[in-house]
Amino acid sequence: MNAKKQLTEGLITNNPVLVQQIGLCATMAISTSLFNGIGMGLSVLIILTCCNVVISAIRKIIPGQVRLAIFVVVIAGFVTIVDLLLQAFIPALSSALGVFIPLIVVNCIIIGRAEAFSSKEGVFLSFRDGVFQGLGYTCVLVLMCLVRELLGSGTIGGGLLNGASSFITLDGTGAGFRIIPEGFGAGALVLPFGGFLTLGCLMAVMQYALRKSNEKKARKEKEVKE
Amino acid sequence: MFASIVTISLAAILTNNFIFSQFLGICPFLGVSNKMSTATGMSVAVIFVMTMASAICWVINEFLLIPFGVAGFMQTVAYILVIAVLVQFVEMFLKKAIPALYSAMGIFLPLITTNCAVLGVVLLNTQNSYGFLESVIDGFTGGIGFTVAIVLFASVRERLEFADYPKAFEGFAICLVTAALFALAFMGFSGMKIPV
Repeated sequence: MNAKKQLTEGLITNNPVLVQQIGLCATMAISTSLFNGIGMGLSVLIILTCCNVVISAIRKIIPGQVRLAIFVVVIAGFVTIVDLLLQAFIPALSSALGVFIPLIVVNCIIIGRAEAFSSKEGVFLSFRDGVFQGLGYTCVLVLMCLVRELLGSGTIGGGLLNGASSFITLDGTGAGFRIIPEGFGAGALVLPFGGFLTLGCLMAVMQYALRKSNEKKARKEKEVKE
Repeated sequence: MFASIVTISLAAILTNNFIFSQFLGICPFLGVSNKMSTATGMSVAVIFVMTMASAICWVINEFLLIPFGVAGFMQTVAYILVIAVLVQFVEMFLKKAIPALYSAMGIFLPLITTNCAVLGVVLLNTQNSYGFLESVIDGFTGGIGFTVAIVLFASVRERLEFADYPKAFEGFAICLVTAALFALAFMGFSGMKIPV
């Protein structure tokens, strides 16, 4: 399995959120500003990569019956580490994401990759898988945040970019760049309603695109045969 | 005391519904809501596990984690282990006592472990520093809120099969859009309060 194939799988053809359709709770809950989106995405990326490496390294000594319990303990350990690090170094992010950081423990993406990939493959492959699947997750989060933030509150990069001096801030106070004048945004998109709607539409777009590309591929193969 | 209990119940069932306003437990919500019978079975199991988990985790946090000074970094690990063990016990008990219900629930029972509504309610109880009774009430009514959401949604989803929507929306996409409308409806409850 080469790196390029793994990368396309993580980002597009086997994207954890849009194609495997797992780990939806946090995706919808926190994608209200770019700051949250990137923070959550990177946290999951780091935890997923660490868990993949550890589980892959000990895969031969894990007894089959209790493997899920062991996965959960490994994951809970890394989640706690990241949680405490965020509390110490980026408190604004920690309070913005709230309960969704400890909830990464039950995020199906991580336990799903452990069960489907890293408990079967080697350490290096699992490491790459963690990075690429995490990247796929981050991309979807960023996309959701951009759509919801732009249409909902009319800004880009809220919390992360400081509109006035365009410096990156990590204390969550950046106002972001205002694209749509204040009061003209569709406020409902920032509410829970917008989370469901945006993710539903993104999934539909993805399904449409994948079907079109599959049809195109099939047509090409047919032409080659003829 | 009574007012706080009513407030917690009202929040858990309507104003802060776990699914439609807090996004906890979306995976089982979408996974088992395609048939009314599985939806109700799952809900009963979730109510039970959420109530029990709230009670046991409160006791563990209060009498084990805090006295030993490890609450800061052991909470998540301890809670998820409690939930996993609890689900395992429920599974064993049902298998022996009510085999019919056990076989009806099938795969959904073990899946409750990874239901973020269960871990979520326990973590939120700790975060809000609820007492024992308040935690149990929050767990129980949170489960009721889950039931309300999933049963309402299952009844709509049974009709979705006859609806005519774009092909790209097949599967979870149309469900999410439907859930969005539900969330919009549940927003109507926000701001409801019990005057103290």
